[in-house]
Amino acid sequence: MFDFTGKTALVTGASRGIGRAIAVALAKGGASVALNYAGNEAAAAEALELVQRAGAPRAKLYRFDVADPAACNQAVEDVVADLGGLHVLVNNAGIAVDQLVMRVKDEDWNRQLQVNLTGAFNLTRAVTRPMMKARGGAIVNLTSVVGEMGNAGQAAYAATKAGLIGLTKSVARELASRNVRVNAVAPGYIETDMTAALPEAAKTKLQELIPLARLGTAEDVANAVAFLASDLASYVTGEVLRVNGGMYM
Amino acid sequence: MTTANVEQKVKNIIADQLGVGEDEIKITSSFIEDLGADSLDIVELVMAMEEEFEVEIPDEEAENIKTVQDAVNYITTHKK
Repeated sequence: MFDFTGKTALVTGASRGIGRAIAVALAKGGASVALNYAGNEAAAAEALELVQRAGAPRAKLYRFDVADPAACNQAVEDVVADLGGLHVLVNNAGIAVDQLVMRVKDEDWNRQLQVNLTGAFNLTRAVTRPMMKARGGAIVNLTSVVGEMGNAGQAAYAATKAGLIGLTKSVARELASRNVRVNAVAPGYIETDMTAALPEAAKTKLQELIPLARLGTAEDVANAVAFLASDLASYVTGEVLRVNGGMYM
Repeated sequence: MTTANVEQKVKNIIADQLGVGEDEIKITSSFIEDLGADSLDIVELVMAMEEEFEVEIPDEEAENIKTVQDAVNYITTHKK
């Protein structure tokens, strides 16, 4: 559906869940894909195979911590050299450590901020020069419905996701003159490992809040990301595209 | 490196970054007024010069580098 022929994409947190589905969706469009992952080797190998089978001309795994700025700079350099340029960046890597605010530990707050928000910043800064030089590029940040709504038990996670919206809009303004577009996708409740942990009763209750009356799939989100990353979205920048079944409008 | 060398290299960088012909770049040329640079171009120029000459150009100094001459002066006085 979307044409990424001749393009290279870097997807963070690509070994599982939404990130994996995004990597596959971009590969289906003909993109070469760099898959970042934090440490789950088995899942990463599986994701790589799916991406290759989906039709990526070239695909490669890159294990690094997005919270480490030096590692991000190095990774971007490596991807450009290995896969021929870098045209699409998808900041998807994220962690959630749910706790009521009075019980949030400093290290959990800091780690969520580092991975979810600083990680996206690190890579955005690193890709800016190659994309500006190429006079074009697309960055898609994965935020969340809770970044706009808030959620009890997710003060830190929601704060990082709200922060990503500010990052998205600011960088969209900075880089627009170079035809680098920056957008965000805000998923609602999606069936992934992250939400599988929820008790059944909680899931049923959630579904009542969703007009489309089901949890989303990783593919639902991946399709929205692929659109924003593609040339079909050439006049879209600074946008937050909600993919939530209507639970927040 | 002589001042003439620095000047030539600075001109190369400017030509590359801004996509202008080297013959259009005079020592007195202002990046913004004469060479059509915008704020992003200036940041890119500063970063390219930092890399080429292995000098650090702090933001508050970069603000004062407005012409080719300013850049050459800064580099020749700060280069190790």
